[in-house]
Parts: sequence; C-alpha cells; structure tokens
Amino acid sequence: MEYEAVIGMEVHVQLLTKSKMFCSCSAETFGAEPNTLVCPVCLGMPGTLPVINRKAVEYTIMTGLALNCQIAEFAKFDRKNYFYPDLPKGYQISQYDLPLCFNGWLDIEVDGQIRRIRIRRVHLEEDTAKLFHFGDYTLIDFNRAGVPLMEIVSEPDIRSPEEARQYLIKLRTILRYLGVSTADMEKGAMRCEANVSLRPKGSSELGTRVEIKNINSFRFVKQALEYEIERQKRLLEQGKKVEQITVGWDEEKGTTVIQRTKEYAHDYRYFPEPDLPPLVISREWVERIKASLPELPDAKSERFQSQYGLSPSEARTITVEKEAADFFEACVSLYPNPRKLFHWITGEIFRLLGETGSTFDSLKFSPESFIKLINLVDKGTINQNTAKSILREMFSTGEDPEKIVEKKGLALIADEAALIKVIEEVLEANPDALERYLGGKESTFGFFMGQVMKATGGRADPNLASKLLREKLAQLKNR
Amino acid sequence: MESALHHLSIYQAHKLLKEGQTTSVELTEAVLRQIEKVEGLVKAYITITPELALKQARLADEKILRHRKAGESFSPLLGIPISIKDIICTEGIRTTCASRILENFFPPYDATVVEKLKEAGAVIVGKTNLDEFAMGSSTENSAFFPTRNPWDLERVPGGSSGGSAAAVAAGECLGSLGTDTGGSVRQPAAFCGVTGLKPSYGRVSRYGLVAFASSLDQIGPITKDVTDAALLLSVIAGHDPKDSTSVDYPVPDYLKALVPEVKGVRVGVPKEYFIEGMEEGVEKAIREAIDCLEELGAEVVEISLPHTKYALPTYYLIAPAEASANLARYDGVKYGLYIPASELWEEYRLTRGNGFGPEVKRRIMLGTYALSAGYYDAYYLKAQKVRTLIKKDFDEAFEKVDVIVAPTSPTVAFKLGEKVEDPLKMYLSDVFTIPVNLAGICAISIPCGFSEGLPVGLQVMGPAFGEEKILRVAYAYEQATQWHLKRPPL
Amino acid sequence: MAITREEVEHIAELAKLYLTEEEKEKMQRQLSAILDYFAMLQEIDTSLIPPTATVLPLRNVMREDTPAPSFDRDKILANAPQKVEGYVKVKVVLE
Repeated sequence: MEYEAVIGMEVHVQLLTKSKMFCSCSAETFGAEPNTLVCPVCLGMPGTLPVINRKAVEYTIMTGLALNCQIAEFAKFDRKNYFYPDLPKGYQISQYDLPLCFNGWLDIEVDGQIRRIRIRRVHLEEDTAKLFHFGDYTLIDFNRAGVPLMEIVSEPDIRSPEEARQYLIKLRTILRYLGVSTADMEKGAMRCEANVSLRPKGSSELGTRVEIKNINSFRFVKQALEYEIERQKRLLEQGKKVEQITVGWDEEKGTTVIQRTKEYAHDYRYFPEPDLPPLVISREWVERIKASLPELPDAKSERFQSQYGLSPSEARTITVEKEAADFFEACVSLYPNPRKLFHWITGEIFRLLGETGSTFDSLKFSPESFIKLINLVDKGTINQNTAKSILREMFSTGEDPEKIVEKKGLALIADEAALIKVIEEVLEANPDALERYLGGKESTFGFFMGQVMKATGGRADPNLASKLLREKLAQLKNR
Repeated sequence: MESALHHLSIYQAHKLLKEGQTTSVELTEAVLRQIEKVEGLVKAYITITPELALKQARLADEKILRHRKAGESFSPLLGIPISIKDIICTEGIRTTCASRILENFFPPYDATVVEKLKEAGAVIVGKTNLDEFAMGSSTENSAFFPTRNPWDLERVPGGSSGGSAAAVAAGECLGSLGTDTGGSVRQPAAFCGVTGLKPSYGRVSRYGLVAFASSLDQIGPITKDVTDAALLLSVIAGHDPKDSTSVDYPVPDYLKALVPEVKGVRVGVPKEYFIEGMEEGVEKAIREAIDCLEELGAEVVEISLPHTKYALPTYYLIAPAEASANLARYDGVKYGLYIPASELWEEYRLTRGNGFGPEVKRRIMLGTYALSAGYYDAYYLKAQKVRTLIKKDFDEAFEKVDVIVAPTSPTVAFKLGEKVEDPLKMYLSDVFTIPVNLAGICAISIPCGFSEGLPVGLQVMGPAFGEEKILRVAYAYEQATQWHLKRPPL
Repeated sequence: MAITREEVEHIAELAKLYLTEEEKEKMQRQLSAILDYFAMLQEIDTSLIPPTATVLPLRNVMREDTPAPSFDRDKILANAPQKVEGYVKVKVVLE
C-alpha cells in the first residue's frame, strides 16, 4: 500500500522586542551573563504581576496579517499549568481558546508547484528559562524566561519533509521581512515541533499522530521527518500500530527518541489569567498595523517580475532575503540594467556571502560603491576578472573600488605610447616568431597578443593592444 | 495621656504630632511597650521590627519638626506606628505568609502599598500573623501559632487577617493593612471589635501582595475607627502601572466623605442575610444598628440578593482554582523551602507536601480538581457563571439603594479548635463576606455592639468604587453609637 | 459526588503534593463532603449565562516596550536554595 504523510507544524518564534513579554527586563538575552536579565516578575517571585508588552501584541498581529489570518476582536491570556524547573511560576501565561490570530494560510512552492498551507492560529506567550544539563544536575539561566514567544500553528496540510522545510523557510523569510524576529533557528529564536501521521494515499482519515520536538535546523526538520515517516511506514507494513507518543530528534544518532508516552499526557488546566484584563482589538488598530506592514516577499517577487523583467525563479531568488531585495533595488535605481545586476548580485555577492556565512545586513559596501565597480568595467578601466577580485576586496574591507584600482594600479593600460613600447619589446624578443609571421604564418598573431598581455600583467586594454599590434606588424610587412 | 498613646487612633495621634504634644518615637515606644506587655497572650505578630521602627520614627520626627517649623501640614501617616499582614512583601523584612514554605523568604522588593506607606512616612512595627496564604477564617491555619482574640484569649480573632485585627484591638499598633479575598479583613475586624474595609476590586494595587485568588484579593485597612480607615485608604488607593487590574480612576480624599449625616440615604437590608443559624445576639445587634440608621434619617428598604446561598460554593471553587496556579511557584527552586530527595520530582512533592499546611493542601487539591480535564465545565466554569448572577444581584440592588447593610459574620468569635476539624463549617463562617468579593464591590465592617461580651460587626456594602458612600454611612453610625471606643480588657 | 482514592492520588500528582496515607484518606473524605455541598450549584440553569472571569471593565491594559535595568544577580538569587556560579541549580531534569 502507498502511504501519505500528514504533517502539521508548531513553530515558536522569539519576538524582537526590546523588553520582555510581561516585565521591563531586556529581551536581548543573547550572550548575556546568566541570570543578569532577571527581576522579581520574570523570576515568578511571590506577589509579582505581569503587564502586557504592547509591541509584542502588535508584532503578533503583524505576523497574523502577513499570514492572511483573521485578527481576533476579543482575545485574552490564559494560564497553562504544569511543573518544570524552567517555568518560574509553575504556569505559563499563554493563550488558549481566544488567540490573537486564526484561520490564515501561507503559500509555498515545491517542485514548481504552489501549495497552500493553512494556518490554524498565531498566539502569544512567554518563553521559559534555559536549562543546561550536566550528569546528575541541571543549571538554570532565567534570562530567557519571559521573553515574548509567538506560536504559529499550521493545519496538517503538509505532505512531505521537503514541504515542511519549505514551509519553515518561507515562514522565516516573512518573519524577517516583518522585522518581528531574527527567526534564527541555530540561536533558538525559531523552534519547531512537527506532528506526523501516515494514512493510505487517497484516504481522508487521520492516523495516530507522533509529535517530534527539538528540531532546531532546516536540515534536521527534513531528516527527522524522513526518519519518522520511514519508522511509521515500517510499523504499518508489519501490521503494527503506531503509538501516540512524543519523540525528540537526536542529532548525533540521527534518530528520534521517545520522550513521553500517552499515559503521561499533560492536563494543563488552562483558565483565564486573572492578572490580565482581556484585549479588545479595534479594527482601527488592525488597520494601522496593516498600513505599517512592509511589502511581503510574494508581492515583492511579483513586482520584480513585472517591473524589472526577472523570471519568477529569479524574482524569488532575489527576494528571499529582504536585504538582498533592497540592495538590488537600490542598485537598479542607480544603474538601470536589472538583469545584469541580478547576475552580479546572485552570482558574485551571493558567493562571497556563502563562503563567509554572512548576510546582506553585514555587507561592508554600499549599492553606490558597487555600481561604481560596474561602471569601471563598462568604461573599460578594468576587465571583468579584475572587477571580481576588487569585489572580493570590497567585501572584506569595504574600500571604494576606484581607490582599490588606483592603489593597486589595476587600471588597463590604454596609453598608446606605452603599449607601442611593449609591442616593440615583444617583437624584438621573439625574432623567430616574427619571421614566421612575416613569412605568412598569420596565426602567430595570437602568440604576440599573449606575450603583450603577459608583459603587462593582463592590464593591457585588449582592443587597443590588438589594434596597435596589427598596425605594427603591417608596418613591418610593408617595409 | 502618655500611658494610653498606643490606644490612640491614627487621626488622634496625628493631631498630637502636629501640635507637638508627642513624638513619633514616643508613640512607637508606647506601641513597642504594649507589644512587650500583651504579645505573649495575643500573639499577633510573626515578625516584630523594633529597631527599624525606632529608626523610622526618629526620621519621621525630624521631618515633623521641619514641617512644623515651616508651618506646613504633613501626611497623617507620618510617624504613625502601623503593622502589615505578613503576606504583603516588604523588602529585606521576612515575608512568610505564615507558611513553612516561605519561612525564610526575604523579598527583594516592596509591595506598592508598602512603598506608599514608606513615602507617607509610616513607621513599620512588624508583620502580622494570618492563616497560611490567607486561607482560613480563624488564623489557626498559621504554620507558626494561632493568634488569640484580645476580647477573650480562648477565642479566635477571626481570619485570615487575624493578626492585624488583634494587633489593632490590643493597641499593638495604631492601624494595620490586611487583605480580603473572601472576608479576611472584615470578619476578623468584626471578631476583634475594630474597623475593617475591603476596597473595590481594582482600587488598591495588588503588586507585592502574595496572591491567593487573584480575581478576588484586595488589600484593605484595619483600624480603630472609620476616620482611620478613610485616611489609610486615601494613602494606599490608586492606579499602579505594575498591576494591570488596578484602575486609574481618581482617588478622592476619603476623609471628605466623613459626614455624620444619612438623611435620605437608602439603606438596603437583604433578607437572605438573616438566615437560620445566625446567632441571636448577632441578629439583635444588627437589627438595632439598622433601627439606629433609620432614626438617623436613613430610608431602610428590604431587598433581595437571591443568589446569596450560592456564593459560598462559587467562591470555594474559584478561589482554590486560582490558588492552585498561584501556589505552583513554590517548588524549592528559586526561593523558599527545599527538601532534598533522590530525584527532582520527588523533591517537588516533598517540598510542597511538607511546606504547605493541611488547609492550603486541601484548597490546592480542590482547585486542581475543579480545573482538571473533565471537571472544568461542571465546577470552574459553572462557578464563573454563577459569579455573573451574584454580581447581577448586587448591580440590581444598587439601582434601588445606596448601600446594603448586613451582619459581617453570622456568629461572634468562636473558640480555638472549634471548627478546625470541619473545613466546611469553617467555610460557612465567611457566608456574609464572600459575595462582596465575587462581585468586586466594597464593604466595611464596624463595631455595632456585643453578643455575650464579644464584639459584633455591622457590614456596610457599597457599589464598586462607592467607598465614599459606605464610609459616610459607617461614620454616621459610628459617631452616633461610639461602639468603636470600647477596648478589650487586656 | 464522592471522590475516589485514585482521583485523590491523581490530583495530588498533578499538584505535585506529597500526601501521607492518612492525609489521602482525610482528603478523600473532606473533598467529598465539600463537593457534595457544592452540588447545589447544579440547581441553577446557567446555560445562557456568560462566565465572569473579571469584574472589572478594564480592557487593553498594556505597557510600552521600554527596557529597564534588571535586578542585581546576588539580590534576585539571594533566596535560591542551590546556586552555582550565577546559575540556579536543581537535580537533573528527567521527563
């Protein structure tokens, strides 16, 4: 029998607010000394009370709008009760039955096909502390406790590990466009759980779900899902039942490991958070937020196709990162040849970024200085290869391309007198070849050209040098 | 005069300070001497802070002197020795909630009300005893010791703010801050013959009040008379950006509400509050009080609050449910008692199992049950719906009347140990105070006579943020009767 | 509405409360009596009544996203029973 995977994703995203969800401690916890961004509120001290961070609510609504969700008119926070040492209050302030955003969708493209993944809900909650496990003890850093955390839950519309990966990539792109999160999986700013079940292809029933936790990179998402689908397929093929369990992805072993069985299912005893009055989200507020949304990747991609004549796949490539798209557009405004710029940017700049593992926002040179470089090639001051090596230098130092050309003497030699001198030297140094040429072997011309280029370190303006060489040889022949 | 300094009201003491007839140090020393004399019998305090109090008193005297020289008026709390229920956080002063689990907890911050008291220049004498985490009606649930009623040491002072009420009655402070979740300010005030005010929900910041039931808790003054209650409330009320449930309505000068005049005031008497099982002497005192109000010109109207009898089960589902979450933070990790074991979850169970007393455990169990899968709708949600009906009863009543009067408690102070073994019987002693918390309205309990030699409390209830109305009626009654001047024979 | 011994044990585990055998027995008895009394709530038809979670008319109480200094670490962790180099320590966490 052929099976089909049914996958739903729960993605937790740390929001890029300045302060925490319910207190004024800094939310920029990366790299901070342990327990230095903690106050009585986020440590859950007796008597303390939460106060909602408006920005976090707005970021969540922004995300909901970008994911085509409906925005709740009435939303509230609830307490989710469970014990864990990373949860200071013994409950997490979250949203249960009335999330901020619901019923949205996200389009992804897999194998040239657009797939629409429905979004069930987007809600807001608080992050937990970070635990560090050692042999028989665990250390707790509460810096992360209380950082705003947004949870994006999809419907089980994903059908393959690759779709899951594309879903996450698209989500990351949107979150970064919105500026609501770094969405950096490696740093834990975006964390992902997947639930997966199998069913006979064509069936509309749902099989028993297995939850996979701790998937912390795009690569692992695919690996973990592939592994789990394979495992369930084997069970079903052997006529065995899939148990409702929670597993974790073990990066080192490359397998999933059982974390919890059904008997240990939680009873979270959600109830409305009495310390926080509910939220009434006026349509005016939603409109204001909508007006502040940046152009989103899909819209930008379409515009790039019509405005700049890029192909759909080119437009997608350049719009995956907002910074790349912005860079591209800034360049186009200075140099109206989008296709040429597209190739330079996605060829050379993407390569340099890839080699160094860096991103557009850390680029050391401006669109202006990049266009200067292109102009140098156009004017014939430098050739294409020189331009590439200058770009490499600009990439590492940020220096102006004209300065680099000047400092290193990289400009092409277009001085007739100087080139004639070089040509004369080359001919003088190769009397045999000259004789052969004069004797009618015209193909020796290429040899002389090569020698001229060699003598000038490749800087001879090739057109001029060729013209002068021909003139000189003609002179000698007619003599 | 000097020997009775500790029996002065805040207002009287302020007058003497203003006139230079006494000093804060003298007042504080008088209170500390009284504590030394009677505390062994009453046991109102968990922590006494004499050094801190005298230091604050000396500072207050310096300020008073400066104000007097400059001919300025000053805060009526400046230099006044007061006490604070030990469930309100005080920076650097142990805050135990009368629980083993917080026996050695020193908060790193002050509750907002404590900040306000300090700003006003009050002298903090100590932290008063209570039922553990404010769960109880007799102060017998304190993990450390029970407090005794200054009127009869064999009897309870009421609870959960029993320490505060007993301390005020016994002259061990001039006033106190208690907390009221289901009657915990009013019922002990009634039992000890003093005044206790439960402000409307949202009137006073809860920041720093260790939560029992967040949608019901309110901090309120326990004082020797109505004037002092108005005065303390004026200081502690107001919006606090740290408490999202505190309202930003302006705070009136409650002293201005103290007009001894109730002509034309419509006073509702709910028939459901005169039930079987009410003590005869209590009913008699209350009926006399109502007659007195009528004589003073109030218009007495019989009203009905039909859902009154459902208030008790409603409360004992909602409050424990909220408490079960509020008390989940005590796990031995960040603060408080920690009992080592071989394994983490066993440490949690042992720490909590040993750190909490029987009543707290009972309520955590009840609340957890009411919220658990399969029972949420039948218990917690049902209670929330009935809460709507109880609130509606009051809303409708306050369309007809300005205030509602009723007994604070169906009985006078009962004997120690009398109800400890029967939790339900203990719960029933809150039957008249609980509806006020569920509706979020305000109420005050004032002395209105005696039954078998023990004080009876008259409860005056008002609509949400109608504190001025209840203060006015209470003040008029107090001035007409003078029951508040009676002192226990200690 | 009697509550069973197993329910008492289940609830105690949800609440992470150690109870002695004697406490369990007492808890079962007392909770059963209390729940019996509470059964009177079922007399009221609340099918059309909305629940009240808060009595206040407050809505949208929020703060601006302005960070403020946190607490000194020694002060905020002063009450923690077990600490190691600025971390709070617990026994290893197992599911």
